[in-house]
Amino acid sequence: MTADEVVLSAEVFEAFRTAIADGPIDFDDLYARYDHETERFEFETTETTRTGLSEAELHEAAEEHASFVTNWWFVSSVLGDRSADRVAFVRWLEAADEHPVPARYDALASGMDRSWGELHIMATIDETGQRSYEIRHEDDAAVSTDALDVYTNPLDAREIGTFDSGGQYRPLRTAPSLPTGWVFPDLSAIEVCETVDAFYPATIANWYRESEGTLDIDHWRDTAERQTGIYGIIDELDEAAVNRIAASCCVDSQCLKRREWEYDAETELSADGGSGVFPCREPCSLVVAAARKWTTLEREEPQTYEFELTPSEKEQLEALIDAVADDRTDDIREADVYEGANRYRARYLREKRIDEHGNLSGTPTHPEESEE
Amino acid sequence: MQSLVIVAHGSHLNPDSSAPTHNHADTIRAVGAFDEVRTGFWKEEPSLREVLRTVEGDEIYVVPLFISEGYFTEQVIPRELRLDGWDVSEWDSDGLSASHTVLTATDIDREVHYCGPVGTHEAMTDVLVRRAESVTGDPDVGDGFGFAVVGHGTERNENSAKAIEYHADRIREMDRFDEVQALYMDEEPEVDDVTDYFESEDVVVVPLFIADGFHTQEDIPEDMGLTDDYRTGYDIPAVVDGHRIWYAGAVGTEGLTADVILERAEEAGASIGDALEAVRERTRSTGTSDSAGSNEPAMGD
Ligand code: SF4
Repeated sequence: MTADEVVLSAEVFEAFRTAIADGPIDFDDLYARYDHETERFEFETTETTRTGLSEAELHEAAEEHASFVTNWWFVSSVLGDRSADRVAFVRWLEAADEHPVPARYDALASGMDRSWGELHIMATIDETGQRSYEIRHEDDAAVSTDALDVYTNPLDAREIGTFDSGGQYRPLRTAPSLPTGWVFPDLSAIEVCETVDAFYPATIANWYRESEGTLDIDHWRDTAERQTGIYGIIDELDEAAVNRIAASCCVDSQCLKRREWEYDAETELSADGGSGVFPCREPCSLVVAAARKWTTLEREEPQTYEFELTPSEKEQLEALIDAVADDRTDDIREADVYEGANRYRARYLREKRIDEHGNLSGTPTHPEESEE
Repeated sequence: MQSLVIVAHGSHLNPDSSAPTHNHADTIRAVGAFDEVRTGFWKEEPSLREVLRTVEGDEIYVVPLFISEGYFTEQVIPRELRLDGWDVSEWDSDGLSASHTVLTATDIDREVHYCGPVGTHEAMTDVLVRRAESVTGDPDVGDGFGFAVVGHGTERNENSAKAIEYHADRIREMDRFDEVQALYMDEEPEVDDVTDYFESEDVVVVPLFIADGFHTQEDIPEDMGLTDDYRTGYDIPAVVDGHRIWYAGAVGTEGLTADVILERAEEAGASIGDALEAVRERTRSTGTSDSAGSNEPAMGD
């Protein structure tokens, strides 16, 4: 289908004519008005300018340029009552700001893709100008729909996003661990928003606020000082610790939101905020809860310990920390004893260097206490 | 456009924590009482900070899916939702009687109706009883049965004990069960000694908790002696000291809890038509929103 082949239904034309009678329409390269004195219509697009039209002539013009009229109808009636952020999101899905209507219709006819976190969203159009949307995991972009589990209810996205592919609970909805293997093949404009919101709650609202220049950012200090109860202590953490938290939790490998909060309005964190399409406007509850643990850990004073390790054993400890921090332990092959974080290697190291009390090199964690 | 926002605790560790909230939201969506139903969480997403900005309606009813008045309903939720001018005196409550108030949420610059918690509503008594029906599989359960309502003690929250007493009294007044007793986890009368408090051979035990988790799935079953190790599960009923203990798990997983959420919103002014009837019917015919007396082990938060 191309933009020229779009058909105008009687219903859409009627809505169009009635709307013009109420007042001029000026939307996405379509301008139309009714002159109550002359009882004539005007109809103008980037492709035509017609004045002094009778209703029949208006109908003819609207049919010839049906892409403009159905486009107006889609936004005014399908999206009419929706909140501004959702309208903006649906318009963004078809890059409405970038392409004039006929070019956009041509592009939609063959499908327009957008990426939102790990979601791959495709917008298409039928010959009446009705949009529909498909959402799947970006890693499944090339997979045949037949090979995926098909869903129709946007709220099912909530269940899909609750566990990762290994069956682990995902406490952070924007962690890059969404499982694959599913598709929502045919969503309406309203449903596509609902589905995205179920996968990634409030991301549309915050993305929109940011695009409008009204995103309210609560920096670390605002957030920390607001806490009460068991989280009231996290304002003890200094900038260096907060920087470590951001580097640990908020980088793209851990969370697909783009961190916009800083230590405070004057003090930027050097940790990478990420390049996600939707922003993070304040430290989330997961970060706040983890910060509580780090606050108590940071209260401890460093101590000097003496350990005996071979150079390779020291490197192996480093490799173990890396493997856990980068979530690679599952990828290390059972017999790959060249990997420091290999299970057999770790067990051997434990046999050799950790005593029956669990102390590394037999060195007690609290030397004074253990002497008593 | 009328919107319902259910706010709850949620968990970073245990997906069961938010399951009842989602289930009740789905029930209310299905009966069409509101144009939209949203959920917001302290520990999950959307957060309490951001849930209101996902709401499209202009008549907004916020119902806390919490057991009692206290820290969350009085401090955390109003602060996180940014309810301008909130003060606990708004509710003029004795610890059980918070109903609703209207305040502007500065996040969205719209008024919201902020309701009292679900757990202290009188209709919650019916949910406790429905839970007993579910776990015994007997819609007329009562005769020959004792009923224990279990909660935290006053140590954690004074009002939580008030809510337990309140519902235990109301169940007693129904004259349906042979004996009714309030029991606590951290004070006397303790749930550990459940069999000491009942003469009836059969005792239904229902914790007044919103969701199943560490307390309801690990502590209480072990404390009562249903099992030595929660990981191995337990029978329903389980025999302890010659009593059959019908342990129901968290009352908040019972489908009828959706009814209490609706009652809160209706009292705050929401027009919900015949949704209450529809929810009662629906949750009766489909049973519970969670398997009765789930004995699957789960991690607590
Ligand atoms: S604070 Fe924001 S960026 Fe960091 S982990 Fe939480 S949601 Fe992601």
